[in-house]
Amino acid sequence: MNINTREEGGYAIIELIGEVDLSCSPVARKQILACLKAKQDLLVDLSAVTYIDSSGVASLVEGYQTAKKQNLKFGLIGVSDSAMSVLQLARLDKVFPIHANVEERLRADG
Amino acid sequence: MTEEHLLKLYFPANPDRLCLVRALVKRASEIAGCNSDLAEKLVLAVNEACMNVIQHAYKGDYSGEIVLEILNNDNRLLFRVKDYAAPIDLECVKHRDLDDIRPGGLGTFFIKEIMDECTMGHLEDGVGNYLEMIKKIR
Repeated sequence: MNINTREEGGYAIIELIGEVDLSCSPVARKQILACLKAKQDLLVDLSAVTYIDSSGVASLVEGYQTAKKQNLKFGLIGVSDSAMSVLQLARLDKVFPIHANVEERLRADG
Repeated sequence: MTEEHLLKLYFPANPDRLCLVRALVKRASEIAGCNSDLAEKLVLAVNEACMNVIQHAYKGDYSGEIVLEILNNDNRLLFRVKDYAAPIDLECVKHRDLDDIRPGGLGTFFIKEIMDECTMGHLEDGVGNYLEMIKKIR
């Protein structure tokens, strides 16, 4: 897994690339929580995720809950088919705010 | 009744090896006749089973050994995952309520959702655990 970070539209964007499994999900978790600790609204880009397991999903859930507690915005963008099928299996596709890209999220924010 | 041994793999309980396990499970599932969608679901379930062994049986001791066997018995795929860790408390192996949104507790749910039958137990000599998962593919 590789991670790219950038800022766009007032959000920190964390792009996860490749397979997100137990060998690397702690790195993703750390990056997500660091952004939220810095009080940044956060979008996690899953467009280049080819595989995600329950440890990767747990990192996203922890980010979602941490953001909620801190009144920060959080969401997923560009969720790949592979990642979406896992989120659907966990019934989390209706829990996370999910948008196609940053622009769509910004429109939804109003 | 025909039984085909598709794979027997010994590997260390190290998260770095899971990518190798996934690749082999996917290919073995396809050889058995699964389409790509089903093969990917089976990969997820087996990966979760191996993760559970790494995290909860060996508790992060990467020197532990995992044995994965895949057998095709008249289009019933059997995935058997064995470890040689201390016997786990089988009563503690349960998934969280999906309405209780919190990190963790999803792996066992994925396995039960994907597979048709699951059986867990302790190995006969008193050291180790097994999980057998069956998926009907026709």
